[in-house]
Amino acid sequence: MARIELNEIAHSYLRNPKGDSDYAIKRIHNVWEDGGAYALLGPSGCGKTTLLNIISGLVTPSRGRVLYDGKDVTSLPPEKRNIAQVFQFPVLYDTLTVFDNLAFPLRNRGIEQGEVTKRVHEVADILDLTPFLKKKAAGLTADAKQKISLGRGLVRSDVAAILFDEPLTVIDPHLKWHLRRELKEIHEQLKLTFIYVTHDQMEALTFADKVVVMLEGEIVQIGTPQDLFENPEHTFVGYFIGSPGMNFLTCTLDGNVAQVDGARIALDEKTAALGRKARGKLELGIRPMYLEVSPEPVENGVPAKVKAVEDQGCHKIAVLMLAGKTLQAMLPEGKPVPEGKAWLVFPPQWTRLFADGRLIKQKE
Amino acid sequence: MNKWGDNKAWFLVIPVLVFVCFSAIIPLMTVINYSVQDILDPDQALFVGTEWYKKVLHDYRLHDALWRQFLFSGLVLLIEMPLGILIALAMPKKGWGVSFSLVTLALPLLIPWNTIGTIWMIFVRPDIGLFGAAINNLGVAFDHTRRPLDAWVTVILMEVWHWTPLVALLAYAGLRAIPEVYYQAAKIDGASAWATFYYIQLPKMRGVLTIALLLRFMDSFLIYAEPFVLTGGGPGNATTFLSIYLVKVAVLQMDLGPGGAFSLIYFLIVLLLSFIFYQVLQRVGKGEKV
Amino acid sequence: MGMVLDSVSKKVGSETHINNVSLELEIGTTNVLLGHTLAGKTSLLRLMAGLDRPTSGRILVGGKDVTGVSVRKRSVAMVYQQFVNYPSLTIYKNIASPLKMSGMSKAEIDRKVRKTAAMLHIEDLLERLPSELSGGQQQRTAIARSLVKEADLLLLDEPLVNLDYKLREELRLELQDIFKQREAIVVYTTTEPAEALMLGGDIVVMDEGRILQTGPTPDVYHNPATLKIAQVFSDPPINYLNGTVQANTARLAKDIEIPLDGHLRSVPPGNYIFGVRSNHLFLSKVAKEDAEIRVKVELAEINGSETFIHVHHGDYRLVVQKDGIHPRRIGSEIAIYVNPCCFFVYDETGALVASPSRVSIQKRV
Repeated sequence: MARIELNEIAHSYLRNPKGDSDYAIKRIHNVWEDGGAYALLGPSGCGKTTLLNIISGLVTPSRGRVLYDGKDVTSLPPEKRNIAQVFQFPVLYDTLTVFDNLAFPLRNRGIEQGEVTKRVHEVADILDLTPFLKKKAAGLTADAKQKISLGRGLVRSDVAAILFDEPLTVIDPHLKWHLRRELKEIHEQLKLTFIYVTHDQMEALTFADKVVVMLEGEIVQIGTPQDLFENPEHTFVGYFIGSPGMNFLTCTLDGNVAQVDGARIALDEKTAALGRKARGKLELGIRPMYLEVSPEPVENGVPAKVKAVEDQGCHKIAVLMLAGKTLQAMLPEGKPVPEGKAWLVFPPQWTRLFADGRLIKQKE
Repeated sequence: MNKWGDNKAWFLVIPVLVFVCFSAIIPLMTVINYSVQDILDPDQALFVGTEWYKKVLHDYRLHDALWRQFLFSGLVLLIEMPLGILIALAMPKKGWGVSFSLVTLALPLLIPWNTIGTIWMIFVRPDIGLFGAAINNLGVAFDHTRRPLDAWVTVILMEVWHWTPLVALLAYAGLRAIPEVYYQAAKIDGASAWATFYYIQLPKMRGVLTIALLLRFMDSFLIYAEPFVLTGGGPGNATTFLSIYLVKVAVLQMDLGPGGAFSLIYFLIVLLLSFIFYQVLQRVGKGEKV
Repeated sequence: MGMVLDSVSKKVGSETHINNVSLELEIGTTNVLLGHTLAGKTSLLRLMAGLDRPTSGRILVGGKDVTGVSVRKRSVAMVYQQFVNYPSLTIYKNIASPLKMSGMSKAEIDRKVRKTAAMLHIEDLLERLPSELSGGQQQRTAIARSLVKEADLLLLDEPLVNLDYKLREELRLELQDIFKQREAIVVYTTTEPAEALMLGGDIVVMDEGRILQTGPTPDVYHNPATLKIAQVFSDPPINYLNGTVQANTARLAKDIEIPLDGHLRSVPPGNYIFGVRSNHLFLSKVAKEDAEIRVKVELAEINGSETFIHVHHGDYRLVVQKDGIHPRRIGSEIAIYVNPCCFFVYDETGALVASPSRVSIQKRV
């Protein structure tokens, strides 16, 4: 188990990088606490796999240092760092049985036979692989194979962290539920540092205690799933987290009211006060889940046109037009469905203001 | 259900079938025909049934040639397969070195086979050959025309030089197909270079290595042009392999009957051994008992 | 006058990939094929396209039998999971490639290519090569290539599965608009129930080469005809408990009693399977008829806006879905509540016996 620190890490795959755009990682400087469950979330090309490989040692960063428990491991290869990695595609030794697959890392390190057998049985038990130990690894299903890949990391009792690189990519959606649940349970049981890279927000948010959102080689926000959802510090986080993402409307401030092309939306006093002091392009953000839609006129309601209502099973999504912009609102089951025209209410406690893409909030 | 759509494809295949008939099937029938008849002259042919087969199978010279052939093929495979794999492992993965090594490796494969025999014949001559002269100057009396051991060494060196590139190229193709993640996972598991080779590279190359093994076995078992040009089968009988002996019997001695019988037996031996190799390699791949 | 599949089967060796499928697809409709991997979705798509020939059965397009007709003679366009583009041609040439064969004038081809590229927002990339584009852009090119033909049948085989989930959301919205504008039959395969619901249109639920249910997507979602369909068409997976129906009550999982009201009244006595969706299991009692289930918490998953609580009741593993943040300690024993009006009742063969009325669910929720 280890506390992993990343000091001023920057990385370029080119030998002579010239500008910012040549860097896959522009600047990363943060700490991963021992025993935490972290997710690295971001769109394709944001640098999350590169960062994971820097942590594991498969890539040596162009600049900066990686420290495990205070020790500089930047130049150490993966096998000397005591980490384990689970890849997108199950990586197995086809010619070996499940038992031998799990025993492989221990045997390579010269652990004696009795200890090997004991550890393999312990890990197989945790992963529900005990009935398969004598079988050839090549013949199992994709989710069993990924569990074996994970198992190879868990057998090593000195493993500092386990890194996951989009491990559920090849798993069927209905099996993803079970595997996600098992991963979380294993983390609760063993309290190892887990770092999980994905572009799927459901996986990241359900798995991690802390989520690191990345964009174009930089960290945009680190926070709990709740923080990211309720207080996204950047419009990108508002857009990226949540399905559908946050609604944004360009606005101007008039006292405590935000003006969107003639529509007046009341804000709470604190937010409005901070907004008046801010510089830059002002945008109002609200999540579809909090935007209230009523088919009848209501107090503080802003009229909007209903473009479509889609039934998503456990809730409906209403697509609305306000001042030429498209907004989406989530209608819980049981709420009346508007047609043609609707009135929107923006609850002040959930309405956020952004200046030049950054959340306007109280300075601490 | 209308199946005629599929059958149109057979019309396209007819030209090939005709060609194969003339070049392979009809000659094969002819050979079988000869093998069961005693042809005294073009007009007089006696049906003798399996007599030629019995004669051929009891021919001690055939047995000798057969053992020599097995020894030759065995040695060749034992050297070429590991050597080819080693070369493939050593070849660069990217950059200009890749094209360079591929072209260099391919060169021996492009030379006509009898020319290869000629090249080596000159190469090992004690008077003007680079190798022959050098080794004789070092004090080793090397003469491939007089001493059976020297003849064998030369034939095997020639064969290895000629065909190892094929094994290397096939093995290289197999290696390139292995995704990078396997090597990464092996590094993380702390696997040594040997373990990486044995547990990842070798199993993943099984398909191409099977092809390489079968090709090399069949070709080496049927070998004719190179050793014939190099040694003519000599000195004495030292390098008379099966096909060289067969040509002696069927063409030089004009014994078409025994020749036919011999050909057929030869064909069946190659078929049987190839089948066995293939089955064994497939089972090894599946991890079942061989 | 759309496409009709009449008792189509496909056997490969001893395996049956498609088992006696009959389907009618109307022009101008979006049809989603939903099922697990290996359910036969890709096989069915290939049969529709004419890439494979069915072992038995007929395929009719516009009333004409096209069963033996090769794909080149049919009006079909197909988009694959892997972004398939000609690597050595520019994006412009890629999109133009299906039109080159048709003998259109250059000006006409140019107009069509630019119009389709604009529809997919790649009009600025026309001079680039596929290898220079991101995954999302390459897939848009593949989609543009399939759209420019204006084929009568547009087939998409899990086209968004290799893309980022956010990109998937965006492309899905764009595709929905594009599909609405065409007078073609669109068939789209997916393994994700959420995606099927977002695309709307009609759904065809498949499993093991068979069609289980067809109909408008929300209808099938709210009324799955068998337990299997409910299992395939649920995300999170549907919860179910075995139970017995007696005179006036039903006994579930041996120790939960519920009265037989509303839609349950019509269920005759016997053994049944009671299914309920995760968002219809509640953390607090609201209605008088809510039945209590005592469970032990295994895990609470929070994704920022919803909580999924994994619990078990004896041998039954259940998932409770609730909006908002509701952490629960692992191992704690809590009570969850279910209103009998939310149950789907399936008999022992898996056939639907009673399904909840939308009205009563909306009242409870």
